[in-house]
Amino acid sequence: MFFHFAFSDAMFENLTDRLDSVFKKLRGHGKLTEENIQDAMREVRVALLEADVNYKVVKEFIAAVTEKAVGREVLSSLSPGQQVIKVVHDELVELLGSHEEPLRLDGRQPVSIMLAGLQGSGKTTTAGKLARMLREKGRKPFLVPADVYRPAAIQQLHVLGEQVGVPVFDSTTEDRPVDIAKRAVAEAEDKGYDTVIIDTAGRLHVDEALMTELKDISRAVPLTEILFVADAMTGQDAVTVADKFNSDLEITGVVLTKIEGDARGGAALSVKKVTGKPIKFVGVGESLDALEVFHPDRAASRILGMGDVLSLIEKA
Amino acid sequence: SKTRETLASRLDTLFLGKKQIDEELLDELEEILITADLGVRTTQELLDAARTRVKRDQLSDPQALKEVLREKIYEYLQASDQPAELVMPESGPFVIMVVGVNGVGKTTSIGKIAAKFVRSGQSVLLVAGDTFRAAAIDQLKIWGDRVGVDVVARDPGSDPSSVVYEGLEYGVANDIDVIIIDTAGRLHTSVNLMEELKKIRRVIGKKMAGAPHEVMLVLDATTGQNSISQARMFSEAVGVTGLTLTKLDGTAKGGIVANICRELGIPVRFIGIGEQIDDLRDFDAREFVDALFNREPDETRQS
Ligand SMILES: Nc1nc2c(ncn2[C@@H]2O[C@H](COP(=O)(O)OP(=O)(O)OP(=O)(O)O)[C@@H](O)[C@H]2O)c(=O)[nH]1
Ligand SMILES: Nc1nc2c(ncn2[C@@H]2O[C@H](COP(=O)(O)OP(=O)(O)OP(=O)(O)O)[C@@H](O)[C@H]2O)c(=O)[nH]1
Ligand SMILES: [Mg+2]
Ligand SMILES: [Mg+2]
Repeated sequence: MFFHFAFSDAMFENLTDRLDSVFKKLRGHGKLTEENIQDAMREVRVALLEADVNYKVVKEFIAAVTEKAVGREVLSSLSPGQQVIKVVHDELVELLGSHEEPLRLDGRQPVSIMLAGLQGSGKTTTAGKLARMLREKGRKPFLVPADVYRPAAIQQLHVLGEQVGVPVFDSTTEDRPVDIAKRAVAEAEDKGYDTVIIDTAGRLHVDEALMTELKDISRAVPLTEILFVADAMTGQDAVTVADKFNSDLEITGVVLTKIEGDARGGAALSVKKVTGKPIKFVGVGESLDALEVFHPDRAASRILGMGDVLSLIEKA
Repeated sequence: SKTRETLASRLDTLFLGKKQIDEELLDELEEILITADLGVRTTQELLDAARTRVKRDQLSDPQALKEVLREKIYEYLQASDQPAELVMPESGPFVIMVVGVNGVGKTTSIGKIAAKFVRSGQSVLLVAGDTFRAAAIDQLKIWGDRVGVDVVARDPGSDPSSVVYEGLEYGVANDIDVIIIDTAGRLHTSVNLMEELKKIRRVIGKKMAGAPHEVMLVLDATTGQNSISQARMFSEAVGVTGLTLTKLDGTAKGGIVANICRELGIPVRFIGIGEQIDDLRDFDAREFVDALFNREPDETRQS
């Protein structure tokens, strides 16, 4: 129920320590029981909440992981605290997605990818990054500015296109986003581009008019990917936003941006949990090569606020 | 207003159903506070304080508990060692330097704040200190056009400190009342970029004694606990004197600013409630506290 412990700035490294102190009494006992892991779960709960994992997601997670931990033999090579962390960590990795999910680029060419999300999450930059990545893989991407609202958004994508050497569709703020998308796909077909990357304006999930605009685009052109671009620093609201984008658009994956900072990134778990969609990429910087595939194990360690400890535990 | 009503109804359904203060009620309050991004530590403190009061004053009325919580958060928001209002200098331009992590809404807020000053009869100059992000300069220029004020800018890629220097010269030469400096978004953990920001600040101070008069940190209400780290590190680097909290038109509550106000003593000056020029409000701590507790009724039942 309520959690009590001394908070400190150094707490990132402290979860194992705290769990170990919780388990002092337990050392030598054979099994993890519901009673003896209850205090430990309280600590895990705090760690998850401090990482911005959504309150309800935490609740469910704790229940599930408690169930999994109960009855486990305490390995001789691990302290009970480490043992609990291992269970928690494994479960996190499992939930975050245990295998890589590449972009869907097969089927009838050109394929189209649409980027959507809240304002300022990193859509336009990610469009540039994806274009660069795909071009390096030998594909022929085509960047499409369909944000007719944000000042200089079209210009921004043109600059990025130039930087990565990828052509950019010629749209203006007078055009309707749906028409831009249709015309761009037609032009891609004509010119032999194989991957259309559509950048859309940032919008709030509660803005029904703009959410409808995205639905209209997805009906007007065949999209193989609708990527929800989310900021890794997002707090508790991540679930609400992701849930709405997913239910309106049937997103196919998630890109988590700005993860190179010191955010614990609990949004990753929240978004994955409510959408069930894979996190396909992470943004690790502003430069156009700063896009990486998502590593669930790293994300799990980060959420728990621990680095090296885990590699030790993993060897056990 | 709508927020007040919803708050009232939300809390009333929570409190009226209860004849007494019990752990279940405290649990529900915990959920409200944490999902508003107040953070687990502050939430814990608030609830502890509330429980102590309940015991000490023998409160049995859930409404009284509600008041304790609201007052406490209100207190946090007021805990500032800076003047609550922007204070203009006696003479010469009022210089505002705007900083923050990527994409929080710096440039947009600058446009809105400029419009606010213009409406009150001041002359305003914008300085395009973000020479890095693609089309950042064009974006600021469009805002300059919208507001009807001049923008000092150089080519993309040029040294931001020199642009800022030039901007101050222009501002002084043209008797400008308010100079607002845009800077590139940067993560507070990036040492190089934070050094660059310190340099910009130094250049401003050298050019004009006492400036910048306001270092405004822009925070995104959607951001969770990381806002604290942002506020700490930007403060250490460039001495933040005021906050603008953007994107409050969404469903995020931005509760973390309560912690920031309390811990760092920085007041919230403005809130952003949309992408348009008029979507800026002066911060009102009472309204903000009300909105923190405001939740859509069905939101609590979704799993
Ligand atoms: N540090 C960091 N910054 C990023 C990353 N991805 C994007 N950005 C920055 O975040 C800011 C916003 O990026 P944009 O690509 O303009 O975001 P957007 O979602 O297109 O924004 P809107 O179109 O206004 O909704 C810019 O300053 C980008 O440089 C990342 O992975 N790391
Ligand atoms: N809904 C909403 N959107 C906002 C608000 N303030 C800014 N935005 C949007 O957020 C996005 C990013 O805003 P910018 O002003 O470019 O942010 P920035 O901090 O200057 O970004 P960088 O310079 O790239 O770091 C844009 O799409 C803005 O229209 C707000 O209060 N509410
Ligand atoms: Mg964009
Ligand atoms: Mg900007």
